[in-house]
Amino acid sequence: MAPQDQAASQTANGFTAEEFEVEAPSPREVMRRRAKRHFGLIIGGSVVSITIVCAVFAPLIAPFDPFEQDLTRRLINPVWGEGGTWAHPLGTDGFGRDLLSRLIFGARISLTIGFFAASIAAVVGSIIGMIGGYFGGRVDAVVMYLINCKLALPPILVALSVVSVFGGTIPVLIAVLAALFWDRYAVVTRSVTQQIRNQDFIAAAQAAGCSKSRIILSEVLPNLTNQIIVIASLEMAVAILVEAVLSFFGLGVQPPTPSWGLMVSEGRDFMFFKPYLITIPGLAIFILVIAINMMGDGVRDITAPEGRN
Amino acid sequence: MNADAPVLECRDVSRTFMIGKGPFVQKKPLRAVQDVSLSIERGEVLAVVGESGCGKTTLAKMLLGLLPPSGGEIFFEGVPLSSVDRNAVSRRIQPVFQDPYSSLNPRKTLASIISLPLDVHKIGTPEERKRRVEEIMELVGLPRRLLYSYPSQLSGGQRQRVAIARALAIKPEILVCDEPTSALDVSVQAQILNLLQELREELNLTYVFISHNLAVVEHMSSRVAVMYLGRLIEFGTAAQVFDDPKHPYTSALLDSVLTPEPQYGLPEITTMGREFPNPLNPPPGCAFHPRCPKAMDVCSQAQPQPADENGRLLECHLYGEETAAA
Amino acid sequence: MTNDTANIPYSDESILAVRGMNVDIRVPAGTLHAVTNSAFHVDRGETLCIVGESGCGKSITSLAVMGLLPGNATVTADVLKFEGRDLLSMSQKQLSALRGNRMGMIFQDPMTSLNPVYTIGNQMQEIYVRHGKGNAAQAKDRAIYLLEKVGITAAESRLGQYPHQLSGGLRQRVMIAMMLMNDPVLIIADEPTTALDVTIQAQILHLLADLQKEFNMALILITHDLGVVARIADRVAVMYAGYMVETGSSDEVFNAPMHPYTQGLIDCIPIPGKTERGALLGSIPGIVPALVGDQEGCMFRNRCDFAQEVCGTGIIERKALGEQRGYRCVIGPEQAQANLQASRAQAAVAAGE
Repeated sequence: MAPQDQAASQTANGFTAEEFEVEAPSPREVMRRRAKRHFGLIIGGSVVSITIVCAVFAPLIAPFDPFEQDLTRRLINPVWGEGGTWAHPLGTDGFGRDLLSRLIFGARISLTIGFFAASIAAVVGSIIGMIGGYFGGRVDAVVMYLINCKLALPPILVALSVVSVFGGTIPVLIAVLAALFWDRYAVVTRSVTQQIRNQDFIAAAQAAGCSKSRIILSEVLPNLTNQIIVIASLEMAVAILVEAVLSFFGLGVQPPTPSWGLMVSEGRDFMFFKPYLITIPGLAIFILVIAINMMGDGVRDITAPEGRN
Repeated sequence: MNADAPVLECRDVSRTFMIGKGPFVQKKPLRAVQDVSLSIERGEVLAVVGESGCGKTTLAKMLLGLLPPSGGEIFFEGVPLSSVDRNAVSRRIQPVFQDPYSSLNPRKTLASIISLPLDVHKIGTPEERKRRVEEIMELVGLPRRLLYSYPSQLSGGQRQRVAIARALAIKPEILVCDEPTSALDVSVQAQILNLLQELREELNLTYVFISHNLAVVEHMSSRVAVMYLGRLIEFGTAAQVFDDPKHPYTSALLDSVLTPEPQYGLPEITTMGREFPNPLNPPPGCAFHPRCPKAMDVCSQAQPQPADENGRLLECHLYGEETAAA
Repeated sequence: MTNDTANIPYSDESILAVRGMNVDIRVPAGTLHAVTNSAFHVDRGETLCIVGESGCGKSITSLAVMGLLPGNATVTADVLKFEGRDLLSMSQKQLSALRGNRMGMIFQDPMTSLNPVYTIGNQMQEIYVRHGKGNAAQAKDRAIYLLEKVGITAAESRLGQYPHQLSGGLRQRVMIAMMLMNDPVLIIADEPTTALDVTIQAQILHLLADLQKEFNMALILITHDLGVVARIADRVAVMYAGYMVETGSSDEVFNAPMHPYTQGLIDCIPIPGKTERGALLGSIPGIVPALVGDQEGCMFRNRCDFAQEVCGTGIIERKALGEQRGYRCVIGPEQAQANLQASRAQAAVAAGE
C-alpha cells in the first residue's frame, strides 16, 4: 500500500479514518475553551480592560478638567456622603478638583509606567536570560553574575535615590523601574531555555543550517512567550505599586499631574475628616493591582500544557 | 568532490566529553566514541546498533556536523567535513530523531516546521516553498488539511511523518535516522519503516540507521556496525553479521532478540555478566571482557586491535593476527 | 449491555478473576470508555499477558484491579475477585493492605517507583514492617535473602545504597526483590522491561519467570511487545480500544490468530530469518480511534481490511472457540484463517517482485 493511501485509510467497504478521528482541538481552541471557564481571568481581564479604556479615552470620559481648580467647590463629599452631589460623584479634593476626573486621568500614568517598565524589563531580561541559557558555560556565568548583582540591590532605595537625583519625570521612572525588574525574566527564561536547548527540535534546526540568533528568536522564544506574559503581568503590578510609593513620597510624578500615588499623598492633610480622599485612590491602586495579578494567573492557567482545571 | 569516494567516511573518529560539575571537581573523560572507522556507500542503509551508552547517538551527531570530533576526521565525498561549509552540509545530510514529541517545536504549525530548511536556505519564492511543503506532505502520507495544525494535534506516527517530511524538504542525499521508530507503537512502527523503505527507493537516499532493535535493523540494513562502549567491535554486511555473528557481543545481542514465536521460549543468556560497565571507568583491555562468555586472560590485559576477517571488521582477541599466529 | 463474557469458566482457585469489567473515565469532553466488558483470570503458577498498543486500556485494566485509578474513574464489574474476595466492595484501607502484600507490582521505570531519598534497605524493610510481617531485623534478613535471590551480588552492602547508585537493570531487580518481601500470590508487572536494554531485558524476564515458578505465583504481564508475550505467556489477551479482542493460549494466539487486529499486529514485526530483508512489512493503516462518547460496532473497523457493513452496528459478539479461547469479530474462524493465509500469500508475492 502506498504511503498516501495509508494515511487516508480508505478501507474496502468505505469506512474512512475521518469517521473515527476526532480532530484534537488546536492550541488556540483549547485556550479559548479554558478561558471561558476561568473566572479569575474573566474578572481580572474585565477590570484591566475597563481601566485601559478609561485611560485611553480619558478626555472624553472625564466630566471635568483634572487640573481645573475651583476653590468654591473644595472638599465636596462623594454622592453617598453628606452634601454629596451627582455633579461630582466621587467628590472634590482640597483644590476643588473633581476626584473622578483625576482618577481617570491618573489611570494613564499608572498604566503607562506599569506597561512600559514591565515591557522594557521583559525585553532586556529575556534576552539576557535566553543568551545565558542557550550558550551556557562562561556566558552563563556572566549572566548569573549580573543577576546576582541585581538581586543584591534594595529596589525601593535604589529607585528613591535615582529619582531624587534625576527628577521624577515619567521617562526616568520607567527607566529606573525597568532596570530594577529585569532579573525575574532573566531567571525564568534562562532555566526554561536550558530545558528547551536539549530538545531535538533545536538539533533539527541546527541541522537545517539555522544561525544561533535565528534559533533563539524563532525556535526558543515562541516557547517562552507564556512565561514572559505571566511575569510581565506580575511585574507590571509591582511597577504600579512602586510608582505609587514614589509619588506618595513626592519623588515620583510631580504635582499637579494626577497620579494615584500622588493623590493619596495629597489627601493626607485631610485624612481624618475627609478619608475618601485617601481611600478612593488607594482602592483604585488595590483593585488594579489585584486585577492584573488575577489576569496573569489566568494566562498561566489557560496556557499550561496540562489543563489545571 | 570525488565521485568514487564513499558518501561518508569516518577515519579514527573519537569524541571525548569531560564530565564533572563545579570548578573544584576533577573532570573525568568520557570516551563516547573511540577510533571509529567506517564508510557509507551511496544508496545503502548502514545500521549502527548497540545498547544505550554505546556512543551511537554521539556518532550520529558528528555525522550531521552538529558535534565536531575530538579526534580523527569525517569525510564527505572525500572532502573533510570540517572544511565544508556548515550550510552545504545541512543541504545534503538531514536528521530524523527518535522522539517525535521533542523533535517538533510545539509552538509552530506543520507548514512552518516542514518549510524551515527551505526558509533557512532561501530556496524558492514563498509560493514555491508552500507548494513544496504540500508535495512533501503528500509524499510522506500526511493529509493536506493538517497544513496549519500544531504538533499537539497529531498522533505519534503522524509526528514522525512530519519529522521525515522536514528532513526531506531540502532534498538531502543522506538521512541520519536515530531510533526513528522506538518511540512508536508496533503497528505504526511498521508504517514508518515501510515509508522509509519506499522513500529510499523513490528518492535514491542513503540511510544511516541507528537502533537498538536488532529485528528492525536486520530488516532494514545492508551493512551493520555494532558498537560497544564507544568502540566499533564488528562491522560487515547484514548477511555476515546476522547469519554468522563472530563477536561474542554480537551473538549475545542477537540471542536477546525476542520474536513473536512462542515455540522458542526465553533465551538463555545467563553467561552475560549482569552489569553494564561504567563508561567513566571502563574495564581494562577489551571493554566487553567482564560480560563475555569466551573471555581469555589476554582480554583483560590488552585492547584488541581491529582485524579484517573476510571483508568484515572485527575487534576481538578470538580473531585476527594474534590468534592466527598462536 | 448483553454480557457474553459471564459464562467463560474460571476455577474457585483462581487468584484473580474478572468478568464484565468496565472502566469509564470522566473527561471534559464526555465519558471515556477506557475498558469495556473485560474478562480475564489468572491461576497460581500461570502467566497471563495483556498486550496492546498505547491507549488500548491495558494499564487502566491493571490499575483498576489494584484500586489505583484516579477519582474521576468508575469501575463496574460482574466479577472482580482476588483470592475469592470481592475487590469492588473493599474499602481503600483494605485495598492498600493487599497492595504490596498479597499483590505485588512492578512498573516500567524503576527510577520513579523507588523513592530517591531512602536507601534500598530502608524501603525494603519498610514495606515488610508496615504490613506487620515482622521486625526490622527479620526484614533485613529477608531483604538480603531476596536480593541474592534476584541475582544481586554483595547484597548486604547494597542495602545501604540509594536508587540512583544502581543501573537500570539492577534497579528493576531491586524492585522485584522488594515486591517479593511479603510473599505475594499475584504479581502485576506493567511494561517491566521497556526501559531496559535488550540483553538486560532477556535477563529480567528470565528472572521473573524463574521466581514465578519457584514461589508458585500468578503473573500478569502488561506489555506492548509481542516478542516478550510470545516467549513468556501461558495465556494472552489482546486489547484494542478498551476491548479484549482476542484471548487464548500463547500458542493458539500466535499460531492461529483470528482477529484481524491480532493478525495485523503479528505481521507488523520483522522476524530475523523469516521476514525477507528489505521487503515491506505488513502494517495496520490509520490510528486508534478516540474512545470518548458512546461508540457502536467494532472499534477496529476503520483500520480493518476485512470490514463489512455489519461491523458498524451493534455490539460485536465474542465468538468462543474453546474454554478460554475467543475473539470479538464478525468473521468466522475458518474465514479468518483463510483471510490470514491470503494476505500472507499476497505479501509474499509483493516481496518477491
